[in-house]
Amino acid sequence: MSQLDDLKAAIKDRLGELDCVIGWEQGYDALHATPLFIRSEADLDRLIIGPLAVHNLSTYLPGLKGKKVGIVVKGCDSRSVIELLNEKLINRDDVVIFGLCCDGVVSQRKIRAALSADPGFVESVTVGADDLKITVAGQNATLKLADVKADKCLTCQHPDAVLSDVLIGAKHGAPALASLACQDEFEAKSDAEKFAFWQETMSRCIRCYACRNACPMCVCRDYCIATSRDPLWVSQENSPTENMMFQMIHVSHLAGRCTECGECERACPVDIPLMLLRRYMNKQVKDVFEHQAGTALDQTPPLFTFKVEEERIHERGW
Amino acid sequence: MERFITKTNLTRLAEDLAATCRVLAPVATGGTVTFHRLRSGMSIDLHSRMAAVSPKAATFPQTEELLQVTREGEDKKPEIHETLPQGKNVVIGCRPCGARGKLIFNPVYETEKIKDPYFIQRRDNTIFITLACDRPETTCFCHSVGGGPADTAGSDVLLTLVGEGYVARSVTPEGEEIMKHALFEDAGDKGKEADAKNARALEMMGPAHDYSSAPAKILARFDDMDFWTAQSAKCISCGACTYMCPTCYCFNITDDDLGLTSRRIRTWDNCMSHTFTLEGSGHNPRPTKAHRLKNRVGHKFSYYPDLHKKVIACCGCGRCIKQCPAGVDIRQIVNAAQEYSE
Ligand code: SF4
Ligand code: SF4
Ligand code: SF4
Ligand code: SF4
Ligand code: SF4
Repeated sequence: MSQLDDLKAAIKDRLGELDCVIGWEQGYDALHATPLFIRSEADLDRLIIGPLAVHNLSTYLPGLKGKKVGIVVKGCDSRSVIELLNEKLINRDDVVIFGLCCDGVVSQRKIRAALSADPGFVESVTVGADDLKITVAGQNATLKLADVKADKCLTCQHPDAVLSDVLIGAKHGAPALASLACQDEFEAKSDAEKFAFWQETMSRCIRCYACRNACPMCVCRDYCIATSRDPLWVSQENSPTENMMFQMIHVSHLAGRCTECGECERACPVDIPLMLLRRYMNKQVKDVFEHQAGTALDQTPPLFTFKVEEERIHERGW
Repeated sequence: MERFITKTNLTRLAEDLAATCRVLAPVATGGTVTFHRLRSGMSIDLHSRMAAVSPKAATFPQTEELLQVTREGEDKKPEIHETLPQGKNVVIGCRPCGARGKLIFNPVYETEKIKDPYFIQRRDNTIFITLACDRPETTCFCHSVGGGPADTAGSDVLLTLVGEGYVARSVTPEGEEIMKHALFEDAGDKGKEADAKNARALEMMGPAHDYSSAPAKILARFDDMDFWTAQSAKCISCGACTYMCPTCYCFNITDDDLGLTSRRIRTWDNCMSHTFTLEGSGHNPRPTKAHRLKNRVGHKFSYYPDLHKKVIACCGCGRCIKQCPAGVDIRQIVNAAQEYSE
């Protein structure tokens, strides 16, 4: 049986005891998937998995607290579930985790860049074992999956769900890259160059907060300080400075909590490379606290604790 | 008036106009295409893809300063300066949906009783040189909401790509004025080719969906929160959809207090956010994303048409679908309401 059939069978088994199971189905065209809320066996027919099923569905879990929910997770998504559990934002007893052993997902941006015609005109897509056959505006193209994989998949250390009630597929681990060239290149820039880059890039940001709301760990949402009016902490003005201010808030509130799922960057409608900030912060947290969010149950994010003297921060030695 | 302008000359025209006006045009940066104020060194990108963000900001900027306040000292009376928008703007290369979208603002910001001087002044000082669409995208449905790939509503000039240039047709006297520029040439018989292209693009869109029953059908579901909860399940309530929408006109007003000076700004707001209807008491009549999505869909396809001559407050550009991080499809939600039977 295929991984999808196994998954369907596993969900069918548990559906009776759950309010819903969250998975993916085909979205508005052949190239896009969309979250699917499975409530009956009939809904199960629409379930898909594979490289187009990009969304980290754990984003929905805190909003469903109190309900019995099943969720399909890739390796990276399972890290977000763990982090949510560790922060007590969801209850373990309320969630049934259908874990996948994952071969990676695509980046729509990379697909867009690789095609000669805009994928807005996509006609059909066939997902092969290691390629995508895409027909766009009457032209056929074959893209190697390896070439259009999301950046996070290139460095993924946990492709098999880290935590699950049912694990679907054979565990394979991942020969992952240690770091991304684009990240290294960015970090090698001078401060002035970095600043100029963000000034320019952030002039595109429309402060829509898709990055915030797509993030499974951004749990204030409705009460985010970026939009609170009483008190009004941050100006509502849309300017590179204010936009960057918001990202600084986001990245610092995610320090030690970000699971590097890449949803923030994926959600951004104007392609702001937010992961440059997230990965950098995660590196610092790993360096200073030896901590990686969502890799094990019962970890406490470093900024959730307080020690008078941090072992690895030599304040007096500076 | 019908004339022709080559691709190179359209770029020259943009540069020429930029000397005296603010010119907004689609520019590709960082893998995306958005409207930018044209400055030297930038090149217009008309054809790679539809701009991710609509040209709404040309007539309704995301941040608009309404007034400035200065005080000489704590005990002095503050001075208030109104900051009405100055100068002329030209939008080049928006799509017909984007140009049409701004018309939705008119009956709201210019009524018998209320006139919004900021909007009116900007609108009246902005020219739209629109590019007809070659072929529809999977998210396009302009022809179902009164528009079309060569619709002229809201435009001053409509361009249609023919060979190495554009057949230009004036829609308004202001458009005709621009087309008197020496860079335009005689169109010869290229007009026929443009007509054929426009007709082909419309044909590609397939049959239009009939939304005429939507206002009543959506209203009939108003109290059915189960319906809206199911429809909004995958929405993450971010609001990107309304910010990208050419027809969404809601705003927020805040004061940025800088000590002895302060400014009152108006910024885009959106009904998908919690704070949109949050009352001073702390009560929120739209506490969940289901309530909010109900409002967005209801406003566009039911309340607005009921108030304003059956006009749907959606121009079918599909940006809310294409750019939604969760792939929420407004067409599907309206269809579900239209097809619903007890
Ligand atoms: S990051 Fe890993 S688990 Fe997540 S989609 Fe990519 S390969 Fe799969
Ligand atoms: S999603 Fe992108 S455009 Fe929206 S607020 Fe975040 S960075 Fe800005
Ligand atoms: S900040 Fe971005 S990468 Fe990190 S958890 Fe949130 S969405 Fe994922
Ligand atoms: S419909 Fe999509 S873009 Fe709009 S608020 Fe919901 S998730 Fe965000
Ligand atoms: S849909 Fe929402 S944001 Fe858009 S105009 Fe209507 S109420 Fe305002």
